[in-house]
Amino acid sequence: MNKQVDLKGKRVIASKHVKLGQKNRKGQTYTDVNDIFYKAEQTPNFLTGSEVIKEAIRRASVGTSVAYPITPQSEAAALIGELYAEDYLDEYFRGESEFAVMGQCAGASFGGHRVFTTTAGPGTLRAMENFPMWAGSRLPIQVCVTCRGINSPLSIQPDTLEMHYLLETGMLVWHAETAQDLYDYILKGFIVAEQPDVHVPIAVCCDGFFVTHTKDTVDLSPEELCLTPYNPYESPVTCMDMEIAPYRMMRDPFVMKSNYINYSTHASWQQEIKAAVERSRKHTIALLDGLIDEHNSDREILIVTSGTAVSQSREAIRLLEEEGIKVGLVKIKTVRPFPYEEIKRATKHAKHIFVPEFNVAGWMAREIKSTIPDNERVYCGPHVAGGMTMPSEVIVEEIKTHLGIKTAQNSR
Amino acid sequence: MSKEKIQICEDLADIMPPEYHKLVESATFGNQDRGWKDIGSSTELIEQHSLCAGCPESIAFRYILASLPAPEDTVFVGSTGCTSLVFPHVAVHNIHSLFGNQNAIASGLKRTLKSRFPDVEKDVVVLAGDGATVDIGLDMTMQSWFRQEKFTTICFDNELYANTGGQESGLMQKGFVAKMAPKGKNFEKVRLPEIAREAGCAYVALLTVSKPNRVEQVIKNAVLIAREVGPTFVQLYTPCILEIGKQSMEGLDEMKDSESIGGRFVQKEYISDEAQKLLDSIKIETKERKKAAKEAAKKPVNA
Repeated sequence: MNKQVDLKGKRVIASKHVKLGQKNRKGQTYTDVNDIFYKAEQTPNFLTGSEVIKEAIRRASVGTSVAYPITPQSEAAALIGELYAEDYLDEYFRGESEFAVMGQCAGASFGGHRVFTTTAGPGTLRAMENFPMWAGSRLPIQVCVTCRGINSPLSIQPDTLEMHYLLETGMLVWHAETAQDLYDYILKGFIVAEQPDVHVPIAVCCDGFFVTHTKDTVDLSPEELCLTPYNPYESPVTCMDMEIAPYRMMRDPFVMKSNYINYSTHASWQQEIKAAVERSRKHTIALLDGLIDEHNSDREILIVTSGTAVSQSREAIRLLEEEGIKVGLVKIKTVRPFPYEEIKRATKHAKHIFVPEFNVAGWMAREIKSTIPDNERVYCGPHVAGGMTMPSEVIVEEIKTHLGIKTAQNSR
Repeated sequence: MSKEKIQICEDLADIMPPEYHKLVESATFGNQDRGWKDIGSSTELIEQHSLCAGCPESIAFRYILASLPAPEDTVFVGSTGCTSLVFPHVAVHNIHSLFGNQNAIASGLKRTLKSRFPDVEKDVVVLAGDGATVDIGLDMTMQSWFRQEKFTTICFDNELYANTGGQESGLMQKGFVAKMAPKGKNFEKVRLPEIAREAGCAYVALLTVSKPNRVEQVIKNAVLIAREVGPTFVQLYTPCILEIGKQSMEGLDEMKDSESIGGRFVQKEYISDEAQKLLDSIKIETKERKKAAKEAAKKPVNA
């Protein structure tokens, strides 16, 4: 567990699928995910994050998508509806609430479809009961979480607090920094989540508005290529379609008993879900080129973070460099599985570790603190919350202040 | 699922459990005339249960499973409650996910099965208690009817939360003193059959499970209409003898009392015009099929 896996240049084994090379009803060719990303020519497009979600799903061979309006994911959910109207999906409809939508997604996944949905902020929390159920039922559903505030009074602005609630649901949780990440993670996420030795749900998260509503240049794979479809008979549990011989599961349902066998069964299943999340590492490392990205991580001052806080940090590092202050960067791509070993190694030489976050809790800093030795090196901040932006100057200021370097602000 | 799929590999036959052998040897799979009279001789779908002795829900389970038109292509969706204690014993694919979301699960499931198996009729049947159907899950129950989702919803109405120990539910009678209604329930029993009709169900039935032939007919109607026309709803009175202070042998009397004139469960049926047309055509087909079979049986073997 948590060991670096040496893949010796091998890519994930994803698509030994009977349909490889065949065409779907839209004339797209079922293609290995590695070939889609690493062999086919990628073409730059100038798109919003919501449009990027649409383009990823166009190529994802999704069976069912269920939609519900909530800012900032409404546009993406509606754009997927357009794909359905164009016959790219088998099923698409609007559910009645996020709790119901996640149930409808579960039903579709139990029945053997690849399933995609989107949600945000309060919707994520309303849906919450479903996420551990998805994981416990081994449903490899993908939900794109376009993070927004969950506080009261009402806010629709970006804030990553909801991701903290997802951490122990048994789902894979990936955090996209840019629209390009979002495109890549959505397509690669299906393949990793559906591996027979993983087969758990995945939340592909991005920061609402910053990613969903801004335009960016994104390299897209050819529209004529799509992922191989989900094969429900590679699932580690029975597909609920009455095409596999039925059986009586037990004479004595566990739920009725308060005894050791009952406790032990539930405990071992929880451990198995955790283990399945860990087993995703080898597939993820191959497809995402590691769970973290590093830039000058041998420096004494490091910024370690995820999402758009990474983009802001890149600019802060440039500003600091102009003043002769050298800072390295570690970008966390997957929050579950958490890159414990990678972060431990990457921060080995660091004396000061800054964790900028778009939430009031500082959960990412806590995760990092619980991972590395000498964790007094971790400085939890800067934080912004409630929809505030995080100007690079704020990161610069906070780093300087913590290091005792005088600035116009802190010497006032 | 064809019957070939359940065959046992000879080399492994000796380690297969006896009920699986029964499934292979005497399953009523594919028998169009299966019904409640098969109970006893055909136990492959349900044999034992873990409910209280004399619980009417246990007999309701048997009648329903015996009445399914095509168990080999039926998937059940359950919910939390006493029913979730029985489903692990049932040899038909069944899903338990959360409490109250059964009609949401069934919506996604039915659509997916329809899309994956366009040429096979895969029936989806929801079976949940009154708390799941009417209280915590009413939104999803009704929304699935509004959307005209083509599956059957069966509610085991025992007029309270039985599995958690007898708390007030929406389908409880007004005035009944229960846990969480210490002064007696102060509003009327929710009129779910009327709600189902207004929400778009093509077929609605309210009855007790005192008479197996009636249950059989209602379940068959509900499943067949759901295939062709639209959502169907069956509300069955399955009293919780434990929580209403009755003995194990008194369940049947309780149901008979409640369905007598003026009772809460006098049998009611609502059938839309389209559904009625379908039932009429099925009736004619069945009659002709049975007549043909009878005539074929009459013919001398060498003729």
